[in-house]
Amino acid sequence: MSDVRVVDVGTRACLVEVDDAVAAASLASWVRAAGLPAEEVVPAARTVLLDGVDRAAVRELVPRWAAQQAVPPSPLVRVAVRYSGPDLARVADHWGCTTDEVVDLHTSLEFTSTFCGFAPGFAYLAGLPDERAVPRLESPRARVAPGSVGLADTWCGVYPTASPGGWLLIGTTDAELWDVDRAEPALLAPGTRVRFEAQQ
Amino acid sequence: MTVERCSGSVEVVDPGPLSTLQDRGRRGWAHLGVPRAGALDRGAAALARRLVGGGPDDAVIETTVGGVVLRPHRAVTLAVTGATCVVRVDGRAVAHGAPATVPAGVLVSVGPAVTGVRSYVAFAGGIAVAPVLGSRSTDTLAWVGPPRLAAGDLLDLGPTGRLPEPPPAVVVRPREPVLRLRRGPRADWLDRTGWSRLDGASYAVAPDSDRIGLRLIGARLERRGGELASEGIVLGAVQLPPSGQPVVFLADHPTTGGYPVVAVVEDDDIDLCAQLRPGDEVRLRVV
Repeated sequence: MSDVRVVDVGTRACLVEVDDAVAAASLASWVRAAGLPAEEVVPAARTVLLDGVDRAAVRELVPRWAAQQAVPPSPLVRVAVRYSGPDLARVADHWGCTTDEVVDLHTSLEFTSTFCGFAPGFAYLAGLPDERAVPRLESPRARVAPGSVGLADTWCGVYPTASPGGWLLIGTTDAELWDVDRAEPALLAPGTRVRFEAQQ
Repeated sequence: MTVERCSGSVEVVDPGPLSTLQDRGRRGWAHLGVPRAGALDRGAAALARRLVGGGPDDAVIETTVGGVVLRPHRAVTLAVTGATCVVRVDGRAVAHGAPATVPAGVLVSVGPAVTGVRSYVAFAGGIAVAPVLGSRSTDTLAWVGPPRLAAGDLLDLGPTGRLPEPPPAVVVRPREPVLRLRRGPRADWLDRTGWSRLDGASYAVAPDSDRIGLRLIGARLERRGGELASEGIVLGAVQLPPSGQPVVFLADHPTTGGYPVVAVVEDDDIDLCAQLRPGDEVRLRVV
């Protein structure tokens, strides 16, 4: 049973506290499916912000999620990656394995997009086990190319646009992460399941 | 009033320090990391639209301190609201806060702000740039939406319907510089006396304030140590970074943040934040 707490944010928003990012993504999907009128539903690392809502309606709805542990079905996206990132060897060092084994592990896991932040369409992908946590670069790169696949702590992420960045880069994808002209602009919207595949 | 059916364009002659297009903002994309954007002084933008008979979703130009110089390529009715400034059409002063119909080809100069920061220029028919994710607003954090205005830009105008009878010039009284606060979701990150000391405290507006946030300088607010996981942020959230100097998040704020939100500014006071100048004193009042 998940534990939820609802905190007011001003007069027309609530923050719902949950156990972790996966629970937050799941609650966010569930709230949308339940049809709660809301301007924004924003999952994050341990909370879901419900903005532009009737706070009483939130307090009535949310405990029902806690009670029934619903996991809404989510789409699976496959992302082809060239594993030639500048930090691949560094990740292998942290994990005490070869670079091939880094690729094997990364392509064997199923990730879940838990929330977006930092830049439009930049998704925090959960799925690396705790013992595979890696540090960020001590000094971030001034420019990380779009499509770069990186790791930080137990997160995996793909840079949708060029930006500064401190994640360890293991590869590159040609997948279109962000396109404002698509009906769903973010390829890896919260709730999406993600599998990476090695591309030659 | 004539009914104009043709569209046409407005040329940006000098965009000033920062001029952007703004409507009511982009809703429903915060979960993808897209800020809301939209006019910072919502009341002033709405008034400008009303003065030219525009709809609630029409885009207007938002200036920043330095004004803007424009040249309509067809006769058009426009209105300037928000930060007070001298408005000249072909060198001749016209009223701020009132509609003016100007002929094609003349220079319209919206002067530097005399009081406040942001003036709004609305045109009958609205500015017809293509919306991005449902809005014509420029967001200055992630740069979603149309780019900031540049000299030489041609902004298409939409066709106008029947213009309303011209209302009298509107006098907007200056507001007392008071921001009313409610407890934020992380008010408990303040030390025991922190919350009570906020009530009645006076802060100065920092020069690096912008569309993302109104940065305040004053008595350092002590917060407890530790790290907070990133969480969603609302308009008007008062975030407390390790410096102890509060930031009021405005329209272009990041969608999530990792510093505790100790208070939330009342919605009715957000417009005031848009017009406070660096160095202005603002008083906080707990409600």
